[in-house]
Amino acid sequence: MTRQDTLRINGREYAFQPGDTLLDAAKKNGLDIPSLCHLARATPTGVCGVCVVELAERPGELVRACMTPAESWMTVRTESPCVVAERKAVIKRFLDSGFHNCAVRGADSQDWTSFQMAVQASDGADDLCPAWGDCQLQELAYRYQVCGDHFPREGEYPRQSVNPFIFRDYARCIQCGRCVQACNEIQVNMAIDASMRDENSKVTPLTDFPLANEDCVFCGECIQACPVGALVEKGSRYTVRPWETTRVRTTCSYCGVGCQLWLHVKDNKVVKVTGVEEVGPNYGSLCVKGRFGFHFVSHPDRLTTPLIKEGDGFREASWDEALDLVAKRLGELKETKGPDKLGVLTSARVTNEENYIAQKFSRAVLKTNNVDHCARL
Amino acid sequence: MTNPIKDVEKADVLLITGSNTTENHPVLSTYAKRGIAKGAKLIVVDPRKIPITKHATLWLRQTLGTDVAWINGMMRVIIEEGLYDESYVTSRTVGLEDLKKAVEPFTPEKVEEISGIPADQLVEAARLYASAKAASILYAMGITQHTCGTDNVKSLANLAMLCGNVGVEGGGVNPLRGQNNVQGACDMGGLPNVYSGYQAVNNADAKKRMEAAWGVTGLSDKPGLTVTQMLPAAHEGEFSALYIIGENPMVSDPDLRHAEKCLKALDFLVVQDIFLTETAKLADVVLPSLCFAEKDGTFSNTERKVQRVRKAVDGPGEARTDWDILCGVASRMGYPMAYENARQIFAEIGSVTPTYCGINYERIDSDGLFWPCTGTDHPGTPCLHMDKFSCGLGVFSAIGFKPPAEMPDDDYPLYLTTGRVLYQYHTGTMTMKSEGLNAQSPECFVEISQEDADRLGVAQGDLVSVASRRGKITVPAVVGDMTEPGTVFIPFHWAKQAVNLLTNSALDPIARIPELKVCAVRLEKAA
Repeated sequence: MTRQDTLRINGREYAFQPGDTLLDAAKKNGLDIPSLCHLARATPTGVCGVCVVELAERPGELVRACMTPAESWMTVRTESPCVVAERKAVIKRFLDSGFHNCAVRGADSQDWTSFQMAVQASDGADDLCPAWGDCQLQELAYRYQVCGDHFPREGEYPRQSVNPFIFRDYARCIQCGRCVQACNEIQVNMAIDASMRDENSKVTPLTDFPLANEDCVFCGECIQACPVGALVEKGSRYTVRPWETTRVRTTCSYCGVGCQLWLHVKDNKVVKVTGVEEVGPNYGSLCVKGRFGFHFVSHPDRLTTPLIKEGDGFREASWDEALDLVAKRLGELKETKGPDKLGVLTSARVTNEENYIAQKFSRAVLKTNNVDHCARL
Repeated sequence: MTNPIKDVEKADVLLITGSNTTENHPVLSTYAKRGIAKGAKLIVVDPRKIPITKHATLWLRQTLGTDVAWINGMMRVIIEEGLYDESYVTSRTVGLEDLKKAVEPFTPEKVEEISGIPADQLVEAARLYASAKAASILYAMGITQHTCGTDNVKSLANLAMLCGNVGVEGGGVNPLRGQNNVQGACDMGGLPNVYSGYQAVNNADAKKRMEAAWGVTGLSDKPGLTVTQMLPAAHEGEFSALYIIGENPMVSDPDLRHAEKCLKALDFLVVQDIFLTETAKLADVVLPSLCFAEKDGTFSNTERKVQRVRKAVDGPGEARTDWDILCGVASRMGYPMAYENARQIFAEIGSVTPTYCGINYERIDSDGLFWPCTGTDHPGTPCLHMDKFSCGLGVFSAIGFKPPAEMPDDDYPLYLTTGRVLYQYHTGTMTMKSEGLNAQSPECFVEISQEDADRLGVAQGDLVSVASRRGKITVPAVVGDMTEPGTVFIPFHWAKQAVNLLTNSALDPIARIPELKVCAVRLEKAA
């Protein structure tokens, strides 16, 4: 067992492990200290300043929870008046830094409801951020009741959409650096470079434009890491809103790594895929196929009915007719040629349950061990 | 894999061979890259300049099909310089003397002669691998798809045991499975010689247990045929009917012209799939099935972790789950088979499969479990062979070098090897439905070295005809330094320019895996 220490957070005693930051300790104990730049599995940068907390031992002095090692003498306040005041100021700065129209009105404003109705009605226009409803800055703006009052002029920031997968809108970038860390520390693709970060250029890829430089392999880790609407899936931008979808957790069906996926579903259609961040083997990471290669599911070429060969082509058949025919022919051949003249190729693509049934079918029904699958190919 | 994926990041030294990891197992490759960023050393042994070589301390470029030679050569250096793990070898293995004798002829100079790997690089790689506290070997089809595939795998196991790297965190011999549930298909008895959980069909006890569980008598105790044996048997008139589920051998099999003849020679062919694949077009009956997003169940990944698959959407038209279709056929053949759902089938799997018996849907709801998991209170087994090998002592195999079945000659002077690209998957039936992926990787190509291109008068993008003894395809050339002079590479995803028209169907005598990674071809600029 690792040695456990305790510290006090908001008046209660909590355990932490040596090496934990205050943010780690809070997270492990189910306490929420907000942050915009902190990325799990990456080195804390302390860039955003949202995770500030106050130590009772040093009143008025704020520390960044992601950068401060937890120690047992500490008495931490995560929502004290000076913490809240600082967070509000930071959030305001972010809202004013770019095109964040989500918080254009305070939630207490009289016309908030009609504003919300209006923006939803005009969905499809660029008025409403594509991340609306799924944005950590927006959540914080409402949580801390902060409004922005500056909007950049049209064309003040560039946009990129030259590649088929990722849309980058610099007007919504808050320079948190998470995409840089996602690319460099998590995926280790080194396709985004932070060296050009300044007021105007923001975070840019190595070769500036376009994003699709030769090191980018479109894994989409940067989209998954982006807390706002600066990096979004091109395919679902403006066509799918977070509140219109449900999500189902499953396992990827491409390679053998078995990444855990969220399938986002709208109108019985998979419209977006994201990685499950809480568990392995992928902890949120995916590759280009897993994240962007889901269109086969609802493709019009999918087989929808049994087919029976007729002449050079096929005719559609009912399940009863098709299954009767298969059973009859396999039965005849088993009888006349012998069970070992029959075989089943089961599949590395289908489930364990289906593979088990396939071998059971071969062995118990066809009475042959001629069952194999594509492991060799 | 003997070890879990997370261990890849904990290795001090990684040896990646026959695996284009960043393109074929991209997320797993991030573990390797992160480990390297934190100081781990990487040895790549691969004939192509694959992307992971950018992260390598050492990249050894072997001639195709010479893996036993360089692995034996590394072991010879390690033994000669006394770098092996003596206490591990003494306490946990047998057969070192046989191994010593077998590797003795493989001096660095001899290995250089066979494999083209410079002698000093081989010595350096051997010393680096042996220096690690924990070294992990990652391999894939570049090791197995050879007539000596079994020998190659055993050689890697020899190397890992010699340096005490099996049964340790961050170590292991780790095959990276190329398809989502190839591990599970094997675990579930989708193999001709074993029931689920690798219980041999010719083991009388196992047979008796399965007969009792399934309520049948007379299960065959004769191991069946592999796919690579069934098809040729059909061609010889020795095989009548094949029921193919979710597989497209008309693109993925070696020597496709022959494969097509075999499938056409069958009296009856059923294909059950989600699309009308090249193979389904040859079928007498095609049955529409549901894809992963439309059904419940489990997949077992390359690290033996059993994870849930959940239904997210309804399937198209009348498509059904693969298990439901099979139950329909079975019942019509006089063996009533019916299940309410996948969960019920999984419970039956646990009841007849010792390695899976501790796993149930409740336990793997939020995170999967690694088999063997032998009881509902068993935590699963992320790392195999921890205190001892499952068979007791690890046995070194004495292995000699055998060249590939087909070597370049005057008529077909170049080596051809095959593989995948990042943006497409296997026979393309799934990935080619996404415009974005097609935009990134629209068509087949042949990678060719600048030197060979100059000699043939071929420029970047020129159409080239590539012929082997078995067939010919025409594809555009990608000229560069991915392959070395004398070797070309073609990915196998595209049915229209199927490289498997060219590949050799010669088999490994034990695993019956075809030699898809080596054959001889001739290139000409297409008219």
